Amino acid sequence: MTRYFTEDHEWIDVDGDSATVGITHYAQSQLGDIVFAEVPAAGATLNKGGDAAVVESVKAASDVYAPVSGTVLEGNDALEGDPALVNSDPEGEGWFFKLTLSDSSELDSLMDAAAYQAFVDGL
Amino acid sequence: MNSINQSGWKPEMGNAGDTAPATYTGNKALMLEEALIFEIGTAGTTGVDLADAPQVAARLGNLERHRDIGLPGLSEPETVRHYTRLSRQNYAIDLGFFPLGSCTMKHNPRLNEKVARMAGFADVHPLQPVETVQGALAVIHELAHWLITLTGMKAVAMSPKAGAHGELCGILAIRAALTARGDARSVILCPESAHGTNPATAAFAGYAVENIPATSEGRVDLAALKARLGPDIAGVMITNPNTCGLFERDMREISDAVHAAGGYVYCDGANFNAIVGRVRPGDLGVDAMHINLHKTFSTPHGGGGPGSGPVVLSEALAPYAPLPFVTQDNDQYRLVEEETANACHPDSFGRMVAFHGQMGMFTRALSYIMSHGADGLRQVAEDAVLNANYILRSLQDVLEAPFAHSGPCMHEALFSDNGMAEGFSTLDIAKGLIDEGYHPMTVYFPLVVHGAMLVEPTETESKATLDQFIGALRNVAGRAKAGDPSLKSAPHHAPRRRLDETQAARKPVLVWREPEQAVAAE
Repeated sequence: MTRYFTEDHEWIDVDGDSATVGITHYAQSQLGDIVFAEVPAAGATLNKGGDAAVVESVKAASDVYAPVSGTVLEGNDALEGDPALVNSDPEGEGWFFKLTLSDSSELDSLMDAAAYQAFVDGL
Repeated sequence: MNSINQSGWKPEMGNAGDTAPATYTGNKALMLEEALIFEIGTAGTTGVDLADAPQVAARLGNLERHRDIGLPGLSEPETVRHYTRLSRQNYAIDLGFFPLGSCTMKHNPRLNEKVARMAGFADVHPLQPVETVQGALAVIHELAHWLITLTGMKAVAMSPKAGAHGELCGILAIRAALTARGDARSVILCPESAHGTNPATAAFAGYAVENIPATSEGRVDLAALKARLGPDIAGVMITNPNTCGLFERDMREISDAVHAAGGYVYCDGANFNAIVGRVRPGDLGVDAMHINLHKTFSTPHGGGGPGSGPVVLSEALAPYAPLPFVTQDNDQYRLVEEETANACHPDSFGRMVAFHGQMGMFTRALSYIMSHGADGLRQVAEDAVLNANYILRSLQDVLEAPFAHSGPCMHEALFSDNGMAEGFSTLDIAKGLIDEGYHPMTVYFPLVVHGAMLVEPTETESKATLDQFIGALRNVAGRAKAGDPSLKSAPHHAPRRRLDETQAARKPVLVWREPEQAVAAE
């Protein structure tokens, strides 16, 4: 399993041709208390960089973008009843959706943990 | 010695410094706690004496109501007291300084109210024959004339009911013009410094919305805008002056570039109060702009409304203006509506409201314009800008003013929360201002500034009022910079302490339920 990061503060865990996507600890700390999350339905087709999910804090609504293209396997239904999971465990229980990759070469443009940390430090 | 103080009246401080004990009623002296009306009403109590309704056979089938609808029963004095007590918990422009940026909370002159209450305006009905409401139609026509004159535009649609409704009117006119020339365009550009309603309006009208970034000066990035123009751009929506409180100096060049690319320019005129009498948007190449009568022209808003958002249109868009509108033939005013529009206005995109717009606001706005005159309106803009700059320059040594380097601001001063102690933010400053007796300024907007505080003093405030507010904000900001822990728990003196906004958003209680039902629903 390999974890990649995007400049939009999403993480993606890749295992073969399937992957899990969420937002980073930094993203949740910037958003503050999450009050609502909308995840994509299984079967939805996502394009790299396109809207995939919605996350709302008290003051702001943000789109979660698809880090890579693919087909949604499963959305995290637990977020509907307990959006605070995104705050308490953003890079674990607070995942947004799982998908099947349609083009694994898209991963090449993403950052590894060290590169993402340097990116955040530079903000 | 009894004659020395016969009345026995002897002022004493008592234990004024101590924490007040809780009262039996929960009231704090003459500030009264008030329950919801559903909690104080009792079945069977009524303020009016009505005859019992006759028993009739219902013909509603299974739609017939099976239980009581639960209206609270109160006597007339109970009802009057309930709403009067609630009104005392409100904050209003008639109570004090209301520096809510982007909202223009200025004084509503009482002359406007006197005029609006004249029977010939207040007691007319929109379905009356037009011969009997010539005076009211004359007001609409006269106000339309002045809005066109002040903006240098070709026409005005009077019917939109508020700012965002006016935006929709303008965008629908742009869409109608594009459709008429067979040019289906799909994208509207909105700068980051635009009002939030702009992208919402464009999306509602079916357009894709794309952002145009702001420069470090807080203005539209002209190069980025020009680079994005093309055959798919229906138009741009620009707020001018913008939400950073700055005048978009490149407006003429922006308009020329958009027109050259075949698009139209929508200007959000919500901040027209900063330039009225000084700048005519028509001269800047604007095709459509709404005017918030409840801002620039001093009609009430903010709960006291209603709003009113006439839209001025350029020569290119005027043919598509919505119905109805007022015209004058000789000495007679008449309404152009669907039945009569074919002869003189065949390309209208349709109708937005049932009648003519907010008549009560038209009389007030015209009263404001006539009582101020051209020189008075110019001074409105000048004083609004002067007051905002006084605030900006008086506070920039304690609060970071991110765009202060780019020159004077317009009608509102923008600060950020950079430089506060660790863990302290704009929210704490806003709550501290409540303790000081002020409705806070607009916070966390515009989005392009971290912890934004947008202060709009308006032209109606005196220097003494501004000085007291500056002193209060300076004091609260100083506490936030010093990390005063008592500020984190402010407000201390308000009827309620700091609210749990997260809980309110996660589990909103939007409907009152009887306690037993509420328990059953858990």
